[in-house]
Order: sequence, then C-alpha cells, then structure tokens
Amino acid sequence: MIMKTKKQINQNIAFWIFRGISFLVVTILFVILGFIILRGFSALNWTFLTSMPEDGMTKGGILPAIVGTLCLIVGSIIFAFPIGVMSAIYLNEYLKESPLKRFLRTMTENLAGIPSIVFGLFGMAFFVNTLEFGDSIIAGSLTLGLMVLPVIIRTTEEALKSVDKSLHVASYALGASKMQTIRKVVLPVAFPNILTGLILSVSRVSGETAPILFTVAAYFLPHLPTSIFDQVMALPYHLYVLTTSGTNIEESRPMAYGTALVLILIVLIVNLLANAIRSHYGKKVKMK
Amino acid sequence: MKKIRRFFERVVEGGFLVSSTVTTLAVFFIIFFLFKEGLGVFNERPTEPKYVLIAHNSNKVDKLTSAQVKDIYDQNITNWKSLGGANDSILLFSIDDLLNVYTEEELGPELEYVGEKINAYISERPGIIAFIPVSYIPSKEFSGKEIILDRISIKDFFLGREWFPTAVPAAQFGVLPLILGTLWVSLFAILIALPIGLVTAIYMAEVAHPKARRVLKPLIELLAGIPSVVYGFFGLVVLVPLIQNVFNLPVGETALAGSLILAVMALPTIITISEDALRTMPVSLKEASLAMGASRLQTLVRVTIPYAKSGIIAASILGIGRAMGETMAVLMVTGNASIMPESLLEPVRTIPATIAAELGEAPHGGVHYKALFALGIILFVITFGFNLIVASTRRKNKAA
Repeated sequence: MIMKTKKQINQNIAFWIFRGISFLVVTILFVILGFIILRGFSALNWTFLTSMPEDGMTKGGILPAIVGTLCLIVGSIIFAFPIGVMSAIYLNEYLKESPLKRFLRTMTENLAGIPSIVFGLFGMAFFVNTLEFGDSIIAGSLTLGLMVLPVIIRTTEEALKSVDKSLHVASYALGASKMQTIRKVVLPVAFPNILTGLILSVSRVSGETAPILFTVAAYFLPHLPTSIFDQVMALPYHLYVLTTSGTNIEESRPMAYGTALVLILIVLIVNLLANAIRSHYGKKVKMK
Repeated sequence: MKKIRRFFERVVEGGFLVSSTVTTLAVFFIIFFLFKEGLGVFNERPTEPKYVLIAHNSNKVDKLTSAQVKDIYDQNITNWKSLGGANDSILLFSIDDLLNVYTEEELGPELEYVGEKINAYISERPGIIAFIPVSYIPSKEFSGKEIILDRISIKDFFLGREWFPTAVPAAQFGVLPLILGTLWVSLFAILIALPIGLVTAIYMAEVAHPKARRVLKPLIELLAGIPSVVYGFFGLVVLVPLIQNVFNLPVGETALAGSLILAVMALPTIITISEDALRTMPVSLKEASLAMGASRLQTLVRVTIPYAKSGIIAASILGIGRAMGETMAVLMVTGNASIMPESLLEPVRTIPATIAAELGEAPHGGVHYKALFALGIILFVITFGFNLIVASTRRKNKAA
C-alpha cells in the first residue's frame, strides 16, 4: 500500500486544478473557433469568395474585401519587411553593445507597445492629411507597415541571434567580408525563422481594424481598386460593419459568419505554416 | 574589383543604418503629431460652427463655460443672478422657436425678414439667451451681443464628468467617464485573466508533460493571433445575449462583457511572458529545494514563483496595457454609453472605443477632432508609461 502524505495529496490536488484551468483555456479557444467554423461553414463557397456583395450585403460575396486585404498585406510587407530585416541586421551584426544599441532596441519595443488605434490616429493625421494621400491603399499600407515593423525586427533579430557564432568565425577565417558573411552564411541559415516572422506579420495585418478605420477602409465600393490612391474594403472592417452598422444586421449575419471564418482560416493557416517551418528547421523562435 | 565591391558594401551598410533609424523616427513622429493635434484642444471653444449664443445688450454676462451653458439649457440654472448678471429669469430661445412666434409671411418667403424679427424679439426680452445661426445676425444695430464660450480648460477636460461632443449649444468634453470606463473594464479583465493565465503558465512550465507543452504552446499562440474584430464578433453574438439572459438586463452590452472578452485577449500575453519568466530559473535552485525534501508543489510556491516574481509582474502590467489599448472588441460589446461607470452590468465606454467610434464623424480640424487626439495622447501616455515601467524593471533585473 502506498501511503500518500498530506504533502503529496496537496500537490496532487493542486496539480489537477492547474490541469483543469489550463484545460479551460484550451476549451475557450475551441469554443470560439468551433462556433465560428460551424456557423460560417455554410456561408463559405466559391461564389462567396469571388463575387461582390449584393442586396445591402445580405447576399453575394466578399471579393472586394478579400482583394482589399491582399492589397494591404502586400503594401505593408513591401514597406516593413526590407526595412525591418535591414534594421535587425544592422542591430545584430554591426552594432556592438552600447547605449546606442540599447536605445534603438528600446525604440523598437516602444513602437511595439503602441495601441493600434493610436497608429490609426497617426496614420490619419500624417499620411491621409499632412502628406495628402487621402484615404488610400498607400496610407493604410504605411500605417499597417509601421505597426508590424517591430514584429519583423524582433523576429528577425531572434533568427539572426540563433545563428551559431562559429559560422561567423569560420566565414571570416576563410577571408570573407562582413557583407559576404551576412549574405551567404547568416541569412540563409536564419531564413526559415525570418520567414516565420514574415508570415506572422501577414496574419497580423489581415486582422487589424483600428489602423485602417480612418486611413483606407470603405464600407462599400462597387468596384475593385485600380490605383494605390484608391480606397479599399477590408476583411476585418467588413466584419465590423456587417455586425454593427449594416442596414440589415440580422440578414447579413451569414455573411458576417463567413467573413469571420475567412479571417480565422488565415490565422489558422499562417500558424500551421509557422509551426511547420519551425519544426522542420529545428530552431525555435521566441514569440512574445 | 575589390574596390568596387567595397563601395557597394558600404552603400548597403548605409542602407542598414538608415533602416534602423526608422523605428526611432516613427516613434517621434507619432508623438509629435498626437501632441500637435491633441494639445490644440485647449485652445478651442466648444461652440457649434456658424452658430452663436446671443444675450441682450444690457446683460452683464458676456462669457460662459460650456458646463454653464449645458446647465442653462437643462434648466438647472434659471436665473441670470447665479451667473453674475441681473436678477432676471433666463428665457431660452433657439432658431426653431421662431416659427412658433412669427408666421411664415412675417418671416418672408425667402426668409428675408428673419434677421429683423430676431432683432425685435431679442430687444424686447432682456433675460433672453438665443442660439441662432450667424447668418441671421443683422449688420446694423443689433440689440443683442455674442456670449463668448470659454476655452476648454485642462480642469474641465480631465475632470469633467460628461463626454457629449454633439451637445448643442455647447459641446461637453469631460474625459473622466472615459478614463474610468477604461480602467473599470481593463482592471476587471486582468482580475479574471491573471489567476487563470498564471496557473496555465505554471502548468506549462513546471507541471505539464513535454508532449502536453508542445501541444499547448501553439494553441496559446493561436489564441493570440485571433483578430480583435473576431473576438468582438463572438462577444456580440454569444456573450452579450448570454449576459442579457442570465442577469435579466435590458441590454447585454455591458462592462462585464467587455471585461470577459478582454480577459481572453490578455491571456496569451500573460501566459507567454509568465511562462518565460518561470523557465529562466536556474535548475540548480529547483534541484536544491527538491533535494531538501520539498515536494514539487512546495518548490513551486516557495522557490520558483518568488524567483520569477518580477517577470510575473511584468506580464500583468503588459496584460493591463494590452487590455487598455484594445479597440474593436470592446467597441462591439460594451455599448455606447459615455457615462460614469457604476456597475459591471451597465454599458460603458473606453478611450480607444470612443476614438474609433467618433473620429469618422468629427469634422477635420474641429474641436471634437482635437479632443479625440487629446484622448489619444492620454491613451499613449498610459500605455507608454506601462511599457517604460516594464522595460526598466527588466533592466534592473538583468543588472542584478
């Protein structure tokens, strides 16, 4: 017979409570996902994804919102990815530990901590008004790009840090310059993790509403965008208006579920890809 | 050859240098524009453009604050005496009342006589206060004079208990209900999320099987990746009706709904940061404790958690910061009432939700617009402050 001391019993109870609460968290996740998947599933079909909304948004599809979100993703990544990666390379490979480096790192952290609505305010004040881009894809992309810039910098830095120092040393020993080392040794090794950061940014951009509310988003456009100075519809904003301000809130509900499902699918696919890349290439990237 | 390559390398390195300044520039630009627009609100008078408040020429009062105007039109103040004027009842008049007094013929088919009639009406009533469009003020001898509204003062803005930007004749810009609403919803959210998140983090770091941990971590990341609108949508469609039924309320849009949704949204932040903090403990400390006969639970409570205390505090502060800055989810589930929060079961308004809801309708460059930027400043300062606190605690820890 195994005697369980009071200590052991206490521990068992405590650990089972811990398990239970963690299980609760997972359950919450599955309830939310499940609810949207189940209710949105019926709305999801080829027509939904490829046609324009009709009849006061109660029928038809969400094509302009999908196209708009794609434009914003491309626009923001074009801005944020090169600058982000180059910043991270400079910080990691060129700067020694110094007050300057700490300052730059702090600035990146600060930018990361700014609430999304403040980005929206800034985007409106600067891109839409001061630079007079108006409500446009370029204003929205720049605003979103600023928002994900710290994410890309952070993940790229982690990726670069995880490259073994011995590779650097070996490359220099063979006579390569710093730039050559970066280009041919460090970057290729860090690439999978950098890619992970990139697709996580894509997921972030596709779901954010506050930064685009006053910089690009339109309630309804009868045509697809033709220039970067056009306004555009976007998935998260579309979900918001369908749920709160459409003329037929009840009848638009199926469309709303479908839109929510599309957004969830983007997040799911991106997360799956990120995990696949990470496990395939072995190195873990710390996400905050 | 080597020289050319060197040159290109220098150019690229210059590009790297320039790129790394972008984040710094962005932060400064954001601060600059926020403050430029937001601080301008203290220079503004909360009047309706193209309208004026008119009092009789003989009235001693020529300035009023927007709070006083509101009290007048709410009929809480009924005598000019309490405003420093003569002992006379206040007679309210606005342009819509004109048709009750004069017929359409008297006013003229193209309203040519309106100015005259207003002038006549005002001159006969020394106790009058009239809210009329500027265009109807006659150019010659007017029997009334304009009442200038005081500029918005810092005290009125920060301590004012009413946020009513579309009030006529004087808009009310008191942010106290919004600040309290934000704090109310966020603090309750953290109250819910902190225990749950902490326990989950402990589970993941100390108790769970490595396989369980490998499953849990991506799930938590998934929770973090769900967009704010989707949380808001779920909250509106599931949580709000649920609360309405359970508590028998007229509407389910309440602070409680907001807190619950925010708690779920803050969970991943709290979990991941706490978990990182717990894992950084040196194994030797843990092993020493176990070697002395402590159970895993005792080691956890008396060694690991105290060691990770600062990381856990950082996680909570960042969680609060995240909750306070959330816009869409809160906007969709907490209703539309910019009132002083008194209970969890009433609608409430937070600062980000207010900005998001009202910026679209605020005339560009006007008082309302600037007031919303001022709200943005408040929000920025609060979240920035939190981040600074966390960053400096982290630096202190690294030094220790």
